[in-house]
Amino acid sequence: MIKDDIKEALKGGLPLFIGYVPPAIAFGILAKSCGISLLESFLFSAVVFAGASQFIALNLLMTGMGFGGIILTTLLVNFRHFLMSAYLSTRVGKIAKRLYFFMAFGVTDEVFSVLSFSKRELTPAYVFTLQMSAYTGWVSGTLTGFILGGFLPQILTQSMGIALYSLLLAILLPELKASIKAVILALASGLLNTLLVWLDLLPGGWNIIVCIVVIAFAGSFFMGVESSDSQSNKDGEEAYG
Amino acid sequence: MDNLIPLILGMAAVTYGPRMIPFFLISGTQLPVRVDAFLKCIPIAAIGALIIPGVFSAIPGSPLAVVMGMGFALIVGFWRGGIVIPVIGSVAAAYMVLWLSQ
Repeated sequence: MIKDDIKEALKGGLPLFIGYVPPAIAFGILAKSCGISLLESFLFSAVVFAGASQFIALNLLMTGMGFGGIILTTLLVNFRHFLMSAYLSTRVGKIAKRLYFFMAFGVTDEVFSVLSFSKRELTPAYVFTLQMSAYTGWVSGTLTGFILGGFLPQILTQSMGIALYSLLLAILLPELKASIKAVILALASGLLNTLLVWLDLLPGGWNIIVCIVVIAFAGSFFMGVESSDSQSNKDGEEAYG
Repeated sequence: MDNLIPLILGMAAVTYGPRMIPFFLISGTQLPVRVDAFLKCIPIAAIGALIIPGVFSAIPGSPLAVVMGMGFALIVGFWRGGIVIPVIGSVAAAYMVLWLSQ
């Protein structure tokens, strides 16, 4: 059973590993060019483990912003994971509470995306293996970028900027294929976010949070009688035991 | 450059907190149907907003590379499924565009 979970998680985890390496390389390169030490670059990825906010932190550091401001920005940018963990916590079923501490560390956008569309029960073995695959890719990519970044052609590192987005798209596609309502919901969320980015009223990160709340609220009425939804309802009930 | 360890630890704390708290708040409780339906829509809403409009500036200065890269991921992902090939292929397609337009 656990063996089976690990095998499945490795299957899902390999793409996460591969998807994480290019942006992590980009982070390593950027960190080095900002004059940050290898140890600190490593710690950024190993201890924070949050893609976008690490890039933002480097940019803010370069503008001379103080630590307090950067930490506050990080909180705002990463607060969307609160909503993602809220969703995942309905799917993990009854497990020892101390496992939550470990599970929570790896709730990144991409790990969350794979977990949320997995039809499997989210057992600890499955979740941890998936998270470790992503984590290994992120940390090793950061080190690679820092150490070898100077040897890579610039247009290669530039083109790697697309990997996180194509990763998310590839994760989402099966859902989009299964239901036109999912397409509408995802596009509506993207459109709303575009509008919010254009209006530029909210501090960093809150545009996405507003999109998630508004679109998921609309979706909770709109998605109601969907067949794929009743499938995930069933999963939910199984998870509750 | 100052010692960045305090910054890293602070960022880690404010990242980890929001990821951890919901597990203790929600797990095991029976949620109202409406709240449950809301939570179930979070994945699609989140990924939609994570991709758009950020993707359009994924490769500064070359929207064509973005279109070709994401186009490849979309077509291959749609017909063949999977994740590895769409992701690697999107980077390769973007690379080709940048290389050709050099």
